Amino acid sequence: MDTGFIIEKFILVAVIFGISLVIAMYSTYAERKVAAYLQDRLGPDRAGPFGILQPLADGIKMFMKEEIIPTTSNKWLFIVGPGLALLCACIGTAVIPWGSPMEIGGKIVPLQVADINVGVLYIFGVVSLGVYGVMIGGWASNNKYSLLSAIRAASQNISYEIAMGLSIIALLLMTNTLSLKTIVEQQHGWHWNVLYQPLGFLIFMVCSFAETNRAPFDLPECETELIGGYHTEYSSMKLGFYLFAEYINMFVSSAVMATLYFGGYNYPGMDYMATLLGPTWAPLFGTAILFAKIFFFIFFFMWVRWTIPRFRYDQLMNLGWKGLIPLAIANIIITGIVIAIIEKF
Amino acid sequence: MSTQVFYFVATLSIIFSLMVIFAKNPIHSVLYLILTFFTFTVHYVLLNAQFLAVVNFIVYMGAIMVLFLFVLMLLNLNKETEPVKSPLIKIVGVIAGCCLVVTLVGSFKAASINSPLILKNPGLGLVENLGKELFGPFLLPFELSSLLLLAAMVGAVLLSKRDEVEA
Repeated sequence: MDTGFIIEKFILVAVIFGISLVIAMYSTYAERKVAAYLQDRLGPDRAGPFGILQPLADGIKMFMKEEIIPTTSNKWLFIVGPGLALLCACIGTAVIPWGSPMEIGGKIVPLQVADINVGVLYIFGVVSLGVYGVMIGGWASNNKYSLLSAIRAASQNISYEIAMGLSIIALLLMTNTLSLKTIVEQQHGWHWNVLYQPLGFLIFMVCSFAETNRAPFDLPECETELIGGYHTEYSSMKLGFYLFAEYINMFVSSAVMATLYFGGYNYPGMDYMATLLGPTWAPLFGTAILFAKIFFFIFFFMWVRWTIPRFRYDQLMNLGWKGLIPLAIANIIITGIVIAIIEKF
Repeated sequence: MSTQVFYFVATLSIIFSLMVIFAKNPIHSVLYLILTFFTFTVHYVLLNAQFLAVVNFIVYMGAIMVLFLFVLMLLNLNKETEPVKSPLIKIVGVIAGCCLVVTLVGSFKAASINSPLILKNPGLGLVENLGKELFGPFLLPFELSSLLLLAAMVGAVLLSKRDEVEA
């Protein structure tokens, strides 16, 4: 391990971290603008031109608000909760390949922090860990509504993780690898996995809506039933952390969907562009394409939120256990049979 | 480097597992247990068993402990409501603990005589090699254990069904 390697990775981590935070910040703005457009309103337009400074104003408001820690709460865990939520949201970005290897000053730099050979499972592990932030925060608040919300979040996440894992298994049957880098490289040219696994993608997408607690699965947050949700007792930037974690989760799951099913940084005419732009700028163009795909998925998350009403709790459980899991198992069986037939002939 | 990391993480494992026992609040116990499992994950990584590491991460930290926490939150155990244990249970506990100590001491003595185990294939813990081992020489035990898990699952469903019929 030489110093150059450490510095290179450190810069990459810092850049990715910064980008995720900025995207999460502007996702709040985009969410309000999309909501406004869908509901025929104007949305935030006071701070700066087109309200472009609104996220900054929100951030300052969050920092300036009075910070309250309830006397009956469990102080340490009350503080740990939001921190854990944000941490779990951020560490998922480590294994995503953001672009093909880039040449900087004669040196090949991979645009991926860690190419571990269990990358897909790592993402899955981080997703399953994400619920702890919500559970610990909800319990430590010592408020029955927060606790109810935390329990809702936990049972929802556990239920949808199963279908999510099963949909990934069908994908892995085809890719024969768990490394995200290899999975993206396999999709070069029009071999996007979504064309071979449309049902698997649909299941994966529905589950990632549930895992990020986004509408129509936003039952952990419900003003009419739970006053607020697991963050009822939170104020100031601790509340900000929870809200931020949701948007970073959205960004990461969009990136995972784009990487696993929509070719990652691959795009049609990639080889031609590589000769045109050279080994330094072509990978960056690929990264821009990946971000375009990610932004589309983030937009899709918002589009769904302002279009579809929230599920009832029994509907949520029925969909998860009686709808998605059998579908995902059928998907695995069909994929297995088709692969066996193709290999036979 | 790797040895130092091992000693550091091993110390952490022991501290966290002691905290599991000594913590008064059951929720704190579960949280310390999660930390203990996390240190186990690091141990697996140090042993180059990446698949086991990530499965330990997903199954124990991400699924089983979430269920533990879930149940404990619903039970809302407090010190006042915890029943006082009878002396008989305490005596049984002490005897069981002593048996465990004897077994552990015995196994440590046996381990010190043998030469340290060296894996023939250091990449055994990688997904591909592990899969080939499981579905090759160990196919029968692997399938049998999956059958056992299925039986446990069906049993759990049956147990919860019976209540519904009686009520």
